[in-house]
Amino acid sequence: MSLGSVPLKYKISIDRDQCMKCMRCVDNCSYGVYRIEDDKILIDSRRCTACHRCISMCPRDAISLKEKPVDYRSHPLWTAQAREDIINQARTGKIILAGMGNAMDYPIIFDRLVLDACQVTNPSIDPLREPMELRTYLGKKPAKLEFTKSDKGDIELKTELSPNLKLDTPLMIGHMSYGAISLNAQLSLAKAVAKTGTFMGTGEGGMHESLYPYQSNMIVQVASGRFGVDINYLERGAAIEIKIGQGAKPGIGGHLPGEKVCSDVSCTRMIPLGSDAISPAPHHDIYSIEDLAQLVRSLKEATEWKKPIFVKIAAVHNVAAIAAGIARSSADAVVIDGFRGGTGAAPKVFRDNVGIPIEAAIAAVDKKLNDQGIRNEVSVIASGGIRNSADLAKSIALGADAVYIGTASLIALGCRVCGNCYRGLCPWGIATQQPDLVNRIDTDVGSQHVANLIHAWTLELSELMGAAGINSIESLRGNRERLRGYMLDEGMLKVLNVDPVGA
Amino acid sequence: MCGIIGVIDRTKARMDGSSIKKALSLMKERGSGEGAGYVAYGIYPDYPDCYAIHVFFDNLVEPKSKVDEVLQKWGRIVHQEEIPTYEQPCLKREHIPWRYFYRPYTEFIVGSNNPAEDIIKHLVMTVNSTIQGALIFSSGINLGVFKAAGWPEEVADFYRIEDYKGYIWLAHNRYPTNTPGWWGGAHPFNLLDWAVVHNGEITSYGTNRSYVESNGYKCTMSTDTEVVAYLFDLLGRRHGLPSEMIVEALAPQFWDEIDLLPEKEQKLKRTLRLTYGPALMNGPFAIVVATSKGIVGFTDRIKLRPLVVGENGSRLYISSEEAAIRVMDPEVKSIYMPRAGEPVVGRVVQ
Repeated sequence: MSLGSVPLKYKISIDRDQCMKCMRCVDNCSYGVYRIEDDKILIDSRRCTACHRCISMCPRDAISLKEKPVDYRSHPLWTAQAREDIINQARTGKIILAGMGNAMDYPIIFDRLVLDACQVTNPSIDPLREPMELRTYLGKKPAKLEFTKSDKGDIELKTELSPNLKLDTPLMIGHMSYGAISLNAQLSLAKAVAKTGTFMGTGEGGMHESLYPYQSNMIVQVASGRFGVDINYLERGAAIEIKIGQGAKPGIGGHLPGEKVCSDVSCTRMIPLGSDAISPAPHHDIYSIEDLAQLVRSLKEATEWKKPIFVKIAAVHNVAAIAAGIARSSADAVVIDGFRGGTGAAPKVFRDNVGIPIEAAIAAVDKKLNDQGIRNEVSVIASGGIRNSADLAKSIALGADAVYIGTASLIALGCRVCGNCYRGLCPWGIATQQPDLVNRIDTDVGSQHVANLIHAWTLELSELMGAAGINSIESLRGNRERLRGYMLDEGMLKVLNVDPVGA
Repeated sequence: MCGIIGVIDRTKARMDGSSIKKALSLMKERGSGEGAGYVAYGIYPDYPDCYAIHVFFDNLVEPKSKVDEVLQKWGRIVHQEEIPTYEQPCLKREHIPWRYFYRPYTEFIVGSNNPAEDIIKHLVMTVNSTIQGALIFSSGINLGVFKAAGWPEEVADFYRIEDYKGYIWLAHNRYPTNTPGWWGGAHPFNLLDWAVVHNGEITSYGTNRSYVESNGYKCTMSTDTEVVAYLFDLLGRRHGLPSEMIVEALAPQFWDEIDLLPEKEQKLKRTLRLTYGPALMNGPFAIVVATSKGIVGFTDRIKLRPLVVGENGSRLYISSEEAAIRVMDPEVKSIYMPRAGEPVVGRVVQ
């Protein structure tokens, strides 16, 4: 018995009066929606992913796209998605794969938090006229300063700082590996962070030679597959991040399909050409917190204690206690990745159902570290679904030192969040290794767009801070007085440690 | 907007409270008649080694018996009495000001470098956060805070502060916005040897509060100034930083300026900022802090509140207004305005 086909996701149509048959749509669509027969452009809408490549390249605005052109009988429980997933699994018997971040309709806490501004009793500060300090140092900080008195009676500083990363803005680009994304995408991001005085992550994919010029702005990652890790790699990074988990798929490993492992990827990852790169769920040398502390120390030893070590975990229910455990190791920063974090590929059931939102995770970690009196000694980096400068400001006010963005930086490179990253056919040249597609990214132009984005958010953050009467980022950090919750329930307000609006 | 003034006689010559009352009253425009206060150091020479604990009681029944009980558990009450007050026509008596002269039993706790002070701090936090109807608003040795909700001269007359003689005086005239004009909310704020008067609003309060609370302090007076006293106590008493260094931590130089300093100084300031980032105070403020060893005045990093300094021989004055200094000491020799964030320090000469 055949299950037949499910309705189209998207319906593409061409306004034939407008179309001048320039064929840009045919050339640009890597999914094969368009083909030419008898001088006519034919459309196979079933292949469409709504990546918008054709639409953005059409010089006459002749293409239109309609989502869900065929209705199911509406039902509040048995949504189209629920039905289609079942049909899909009935056919294949497999785990459903998905790309990008959590696609469920959970409430967005960021949108229920509002920021503060000065009126009368304190003057707002104009960042165009007064200094505004966004400089952020990530790394271990001393609990207190110690001094000695020299023979001459001068006070001498005894405390030595551990190495910290210096960021010109509390905004970094998260770990997206070469393999998951293309080299041109990575290069664009790398040039952008170098230009804007911040950092990006290499992901678990090693560091390609062409990124060496930007290595002082790159954080190298050691994940459970240990792909691309050798001493050369560790020493090139400005910092090292141990990846325990990822917000899009907490508790499971990663899988880069062999088709994406081209010769360059295989060299950089140090794995055979065309082989699947499978990162196991746990690190097989970390079965407990003390094992993690050992790995942190080993990496520190290997790099002569010159580099900050970050530990990235997915935001899960017990995130605060785990973060406190990490803070007690020699780790310099805890990275928390919320359940909206993006991914190249994750089982849909994980992406949509496992983990907690980053807003609650930041507040819980901040509280736990404060309760234990060690908040300032370790940095907290938040990621997973940060969309704009307001999310950035709110993350910091909830207690983060800095944030990682991922999806937002890809959107600046053209990504339209179609969510088909795992198929390796990204028409924007981002999540693909096909040379013709990769070449669609001009890294100079791409990096300028990403740098513009970072710059724009930085400007907006400065304005938000100035309006709140704050001229230094450390005074926004964890400052719940500058936040209020709007239509959040009492339990959530308590977790966030935020008063409701009007209070 | 509030008015502040402080004076120190570096030779420890004691001044009575009449001139600071005049100075503070002159800055009437800076207040709203809802809070004024004074603190003086060296006023209790008869009890030179006792903690002078000033308490506002709502009544002398339940709250007082509870405070007596907790004090007696932790130490010996050497003497206690109601603080003498004199009815003023427009000042409504909200509390009964009381004082204890107290010696804690230092052998009761371990693991402390300064058990006496840690016990007093613990008592202040406990009483203020758990005993309804009692508020300890002054807890240092040989010093005392006198404050109430009223105009400067009324409050001064209520306590007859001209009857007290101290070598350091701080005074504050309040225009409350954030918190209602209740007696506990008036300045100065005091903890142990630290007293603070503050004009302004601390926009970093949330951050500063988490930081002091994570270090064992409890903010109970619902006003941002309290946190300044705790920051000074934490950095000064517990971490042992000299006052210039505390000011540098609370109102540090901008990174652009730090970057231009010679390497050694740069390193010191960078380390200081990184270590004490959560102690950095933002927002408009002018603050004068006192201990028995001296006073320090400073403003926020872009000087959004006024601060003027005057000197005359052994006396150093720090005030919101030059006129207030001049009315206190018509002979004042030099008057200048410190730069934003620059600490003005007056130390007792031993």
